[in-house]
Amino acid sequence: MTWSATARGAHQPDNTAFTQQRLPAWQPLLSASIALPLFFCAGLAFIGLGLGLYYSSNGIKELEYDYTGDLGTSNCSVCAAAGQGRSPPPRCSCAWYFSLPELFQGPVYLYYELTNFYQNYRRYGVSRDDEQLSGLPSALRHPANECAPYQLSAAGLPIAPCGAIANSLFNDSFSLWHQRRAGGPYVEVPLDRTGIAWWTDYHVKFRNPPLVNGSLALAFQGTAPPPNWHRPVYDLSTDPNNTGFINQDFVVWMRTAALPTFRKLYARIRQGNYSTGLPRGAYRVNITYNYPVRAFGGHKLIIFSSISWMGGKNPFLGIAYLVVGSLCILMGFVMLVVYIRYQDQNDEDEDEE
Amino acid sequence: MTVPKEMPEKWARAGAPHSWSRKKPSWGTEEERRARANDREYNEKFQYASNCIKTSKYNILTFLPVNLFEQFQEVANTYFLFLLILQLIPQISSLSWFTTIVPLVLVLTITAVKDATDDYFRHKSDNQVNNRQSQVLINGVLQQEQWMNVCVGDIIKLENNQFVAADLLLLSSSEPHGLCYIETAELDGETNMKVRQAIPVTSELGDISKLAKFDGEVICEPPNNKLDKFSGTLYWKENKFPLSNQNMLLRGCVLRNTEWCFGLVIFAGPDTKLMQNSGRTKFKRTSIDRLMNTLVLWIFGFLVCMGVILAIGNAIWEHEVGTRFQVYLPWDEAVDSAFFSGFLSFWSYIIILNTVVPISLYVSVEVIRLGHSYFINWDKKMFCMKKRTPAEARTTTLNEELGQVEYIFSDKTGTLTQNIMVFNKCSIHGRSYGDVFDVLGHKAELGERPEPIDFSFNPLADKKFLFWDPTLLEAVKMGDRHTHEFFRLLSLCHTVMSEEKNEGELYYKAQSPDEGALVTAARNFGFVFRSRTPKTITVHELGTAITYQLLAILDFNNIRKRMSVIVRNPEGKIRLYCKGADTILLERLHHSTQELLNTTTDHLNEYAGEGLRTLVLAYKDLDEEYYEEWAERRLQASLAQDSREDRLASVYEEVESDMVLLGATAIEDKLQQGVPETIALLTLANIKIWVLTGDKQETAVNIGYSCKMLTDDMTEVFIVTGHTVLEVREELRKAREKMMDSSRTVGNGFTYQEKLSSKLASVLEAVAGEYALVINGHSLAHALEADMELEFLETACACKAVICCRVTPLQKAQVVELVKKYKKAVTLAIGDGANDVSMIKTAHIGVGISGQEGIQAVLASDYSFSQFKFLQRLLLVHGRWSYLRMCKFLCYFFYKNFAFTMVHFWFGFFCGFSAQTVYDQYFITLYNIVYTSLPVLAMGVFDQDVPEQRSMEYPKLYEPGQLNLLFNKREFFICIAQGIYTSVLMFFIPYGVFAEATRDDGTQLADYQSFAVTVATSLVIVVSVQIGLDTGYWTAINHFFIWGSLAVYFAILFAMHSNGLFDMFPNQFRFVGNAQNTLAQPTVWLTIVLTTVVCIMPVVAFRFLRLHLKPDLSDTVRYTQLVRKKQKAQHRCMRRVGRTGSRRSGYAFSHQEGFGELIMSGKNMRVSSLALSSFTTRSSSSWIESLRRKKSDSASSPSGGADKPLKG
Repeated sequence: MTWSATARGAHQPDNTAFTQQRLPAWQPLLSASIALPLFFCAGLAFIGLGLGLYYSSNGIKELEYDYTGDLGTSNCSVCAAAGQGRSPPPRCSCAWYFSLPELFQGPVYLYYELTNFYQNYRRYGVSRDDEQLSGLPSALRHPANECAPYQLSAAGLPIAPCGAIANSLFNDSFSLWHQRRAGGPYVEVPLDRTGIAWWTDYHVKFRNPPLVNGSLALAFQGTAPPPNWHRPVYDLSTDPNNTGFINQDFVVWMRTAALPTFRKLYARIRQGNYSTGLPRGAYRVNITYNYPVRAFGGHKLIIFSSISWMGGKNPFLGIAYLVVGSLCILMGFVMLVVYIRYQDQNDEDEDEE
Repeated sequence: MTVPKEMPEKWARAGAPHSWSRKKPSWGTEEERRARANDREYNEKFQYASNCIKTSKYNILTFLPVNLFEQFQEVANTYFLFLLILQLIPQISSLSWFTTIVPLVLVLTITAVKDATDDYFRHKSDNQVNNRQSQVLINGVLQQEQWMNVCVGDIIKLENNQFVAADLLLLSSSEPHGLCYIETAELDGETNMKVRQAIPVTSELGDISKLAKFDGEVICEPPNNKLDKFSGTLYWKENKFPLSNQNMLLRGCVLRNTEWCFGLVIFAGPDTKLMQNSGRTKFKRTSIDRLMNTLVLWIFGFLVCMGVILAIGNAIWEHEVGTRFQVYLPWDEAVDSAFFSGFLSFWSYIIILNTVVPISLYVSVEVIRLGHSYFINWDKKMFCMKKRTPAEARTTTLNEELGQVEYIFSDKTGTLTQNIMVFNKCSIHGRSYGDVFDVLGHKAELGERPEPIDFSFNPLADKKFLFWDPTLLEAVKMGDRHTHEFFRLLSLCHTVMSEEKNEGELYYKAQSPDEGALVTAARNFGFVFRSRTPKTITVHELGTAITYQLLAILDFNNIRKRMSVIVRNPEGKIRLYCKGADTILLERLHHSTQELLNTTTDHLNEYAGEGLRTLVLAYKDLDEEYYEEWAERRLQASLAQDSREDRLASVYEEVESDMVLLGATAIEDKLQQGVPETIALLTLANIKIWVLTGDKQETAVNIGYSCKMLTDDMTEVFIVTGHTVLEVREELRKAREKMMDSSRTVGNGFTYQEKLSSKLASVLEAVAGEYALVINGHSLAHALEADMELEFLETACACKAVICCRVTPLQKAQVVELVKKYKKAVTLAIGDGANDVSMIKTAHIGVGISGQEGIQAVLASDYSFSQFKFLQRLLLVHGRWSYLRMCKFLCYFFYKNFAFTMVHFWFGFFCGFSAQTVYDQYFITLYNIVYTSLPVLAMGVFDQDVPEQRSMEYPKLYEPGQLNLLFNKREFFICIAQGIYTSVLMFFIPYGVFAEATRDDGTQLADYQSFAVTVATSLVIVVSVQIGLDTGYWTAINHFFIWGSLAVYFAILFAMHSNGLFDMFPNQFRFVGNAQNTLAQPTVWLTIVLTTVVCIMPVVAFRFLRLHLKPDLSDTVRYTQLVRKKQKAQHRCMRRVGRTGSRRSGYAFSHQEGFGELIMSGKNMRVSSLALSSFTTRSSSSWIESLRRKKSDSASSPSGGADKPLKG
């Protein structure tokens, strides 16, 4: 309790628009003149966009092949069976034959797709050390705890790159062969394996540790490769710009997927005769089958796809736009009917008043 | 010397928080208090509290721990602390610690800053009070000491107009008989003065040397909070003297009209009755608060359910898939089974889903209410120019409840009326004066009055007195005998005290304003009451001073309803002058005046029809012998031991008979400005107004009519005045039956059942016709008994207006409590005096009228302003807007958080129920406090649906609040459903798009980070569009916040994903380069647009259809406003219409005995200045002895306590 009574003889409140709640304001009302055109315009725009999307998505060709090797489905089943229950699985290769009756309009992209693979599982997703991957020497020697159990090798050496993501690097490889004439020799189609990762990932996020005596191998001395790897990280490629942490396959893999089914870019076909696409003829894809997925019910697919301004084949977006556009128009008509009917009534009511 | 000794104790107390509250000496509960005058060493043994008060809670050192401790007592804060601890467990932690700690710290800081500011002001006021100076008698010398250094047993000297520093025993004063006058406004709000008297033995201790030797010891009750009780004993010189409250001066009082006095400190500081009474006011919550708490509990339940579902999902997933996926992702070492993994994932999900109940909810609500409170404080239209008082929201937590009020309980005097009485009309010897005529001789209406008449001929006239009818002055000047006698009566027959500071500057101190008005009228018409002594009254009659000998005052009381004086004029003739209520007085007139009586009665009816309070005046000549004999009998009666009152009454009765009628007066009880208009408007807004007044029935009904609560259009006004339970029950029953009857004839076809049932209630609610109920205090006492309260409530609620008269403060609170208990309605109590405090505290919302002298009501209130008419603005404008804004805010708030959080739930099904978040953790941290907080706050603070003048024009706009339509459980579920709908689309549309799509450069599109950015961006855009739709009033601030939030979102997004931050903290900013890569994709933008449209279009369509199919009033008002912008405002005509019909005579006195006895005893007058008594008692309290006597008398009557004098 205080003795100060309420402020008596206080100053008169300021007479400003703010204090008197008279700020100039726009007071929109959802009137017919706004709502109806909005619905019709939105509807028309959506239908237009939807048609465009639908046709451009339909124009995209896709060719996919499940090479998981479930029993009797393909010649990869041998490899799948051989790898069953063995770790690491033995080296094995298989092939996929297909023929194109006409030109596969290019540029053509080669993807691999994994299903039922939970790259978005929380513990999987955090099991990496971005400091290590950005080339910090200290982090190279002391991987983050999140990497456990792939933090230190059995011998107690720090694992580089550490963590479950790196350990599970996809290690199947593909090569594409083209037979121009029936019975002719297969010619290898050049696969462009560069530039398959994001520019920022390749240039900013992933960096090799500073070279020691000009050698990347020495820089990684004292570290162990992840247990599943056959080669140390500095040996991923002979190209110095594509090895170590900045190996493009590795970078692509490390950008984890949002959903359990995902496809990742393997290569582009844009060189030489193949820059316009894959000409007609028979093809063979040689697959080195290393990566076990059948244990957890996953599948591996290989996909050829062309691309448009909106990316790869995407029927969902076009259809969704068409549906939503139509619904907008329909709703617009319902509202128009209601508006006309009740407008008359309101007018009458007001006249009566 | 003794001061330093005291210091450590004081500081020890100051160190401990709350030390002031009921702190007892450390050795246990104090059973009695001993204090010896002038003996500090003796008194120190008891360790009584010092006079240092401490209302502040913290000091610099204790602030942080104590404040944090208090804040963590709030369930919400503890909950978030618990979440924080969960997040520190690595197996569970699905989010970084900062996602919780940043908002938590923000919330705690805001609250702490607010608490610190509050406490700073308390410190300041404490310091100011503690450092006040007072004169303390130390070692025989008067010394200046600060209040805080005064201790129990000190003798202190007070001077006129000083605050009393502690609870004192009055020892002596400058006035005769050890009297002193105090004003207790700070204590109990009563503005009248009270008298205290020292006990005779100490009243002679006038000078310092005697006081220094005084060594009496007081033994008394321990500290308590009873303001009107004190019992103790003074031991001095081997004698015992009983002490009572009449001898005490309490802290907080102000000494008035007393040059000085000495007092012995009995209770100091926290032990004083003032501090013991200043308990914290009950914390009020609004119904929305309660609803919100329920909803938050439900949401917690929902949260747990989601957690359980996802945990089960996790267990199954781990069992079916996870075990086999261990090639790539082995289980944690600690996790040995799918079941345990599910258990951990439950907690993980609790952490990430906790944003359904955002920590910022409570803070945002507080911020919005604070904003609304400021708008109330700033409102110019609620600022009273005359008193320079702004409206003040003293509580910042009740604003939206102002928009839901259904019942208003109003005090009368000072609230509806100004408590100013104006002499308006009179009837003298059959001729009526006071009507205002224009030139043509027609009665003039208000507002077209000519100039008031000029009293400049009379140097003693009161300049403020206005009268318009010149004929009355002419009559006086013509020397009309009756007119002279009329004014002579007014100048003689009263108990007013006069004070003349300078020659000719007369001030009247009247016990009731009615009396003041009458005496002032006489004064201006040339019959100036100048001064009085116990035996004489001096009146300047048209310039000549005439002294009348005052023989007797036959004082007013409730039964007599009249007062008389018997005077002897200079010629020696004895005459009795009497004024009183017409009902009483007209019976006692001499039968010879029958014709005059008829005309006067006609006049009385006319006056009453205009809502004026009337009095009848009469006189009677007494001859000498009769008077002598009568005076003797009166003396006998007054000395009688038993039934003295009755005997006196019969003696009075005898002399007040066969009087000659002089005329009648009519006094206007001035209403506050705009009262009838306000009441009419509030009634139109379906608010029921009950007047609870201490006034008597006639006055209350009178005011009821003049402020248009009661009208002649009303079907019937029921008056309940029964004295017994049965009578009251019968009267209530009859009232109900009447209402039922009429509604039956209207055709409802219900058969009335005696039994009170819900059906009865519903029937009564639908009663046709307008009724009003007037109930008296003693009937109310019965009606409020447990077995009748329902009956009373049903009857009263069926009436349009209810007036309760002669109610005690306690009954006021009981009535409010009754309505609160049975009607699920918001109640508002408004009043100005201490007698309204209980009702103000009981009601959901208490409003105090400020700018009056007493501030007790204001201190207890939640809102205060100085005019009743501001109530319409407070409720219809501020309250309505607050409610609307709060409801819109809550709807949107729940919506946006469900939309935000539920996405995790859907994602759970696609990420192995692993408690993976959809968004970046920074987004989760900032979503509620940065990206979406300001637009919704701006809407919550500034939104308006219709302009303020429309809410006055269409009071029906207030109804949604009363019916609780804008935010209730149904609305809540709609918001939640909308939120869940949004979250479904928010997840599944990107899912559909991303599943197999690739970017336009062929690389993968559906990586986790791109997905997160896409969903987050569409979410921010969707909720921004939604707030845009919800905002009805786009000020520049809204624009700024909405566009600004979007801009800030993108700015932060790009900053967080920039190379620079990644280079510094690679592990914290993993999303490097994501924003530019993702948002450069047309597919991503197509997804965002699609999501936005699909989320928003149904809402737009729904609102459009509702606007056209089922518009509510505010839509219609806005619509018509849009269509016809130049529609003329409907002006409501509120003309005062005279009422004819029943006469409402009001005897214009308060209900207490007057000053008669005090005047005649002469005790209050100085011997030296008896001739020109210059004292200024405004008091209505009676003389000490008689007060004591009457108290014991009234205690024996059943409702004696209940009939305690009230201010109105």
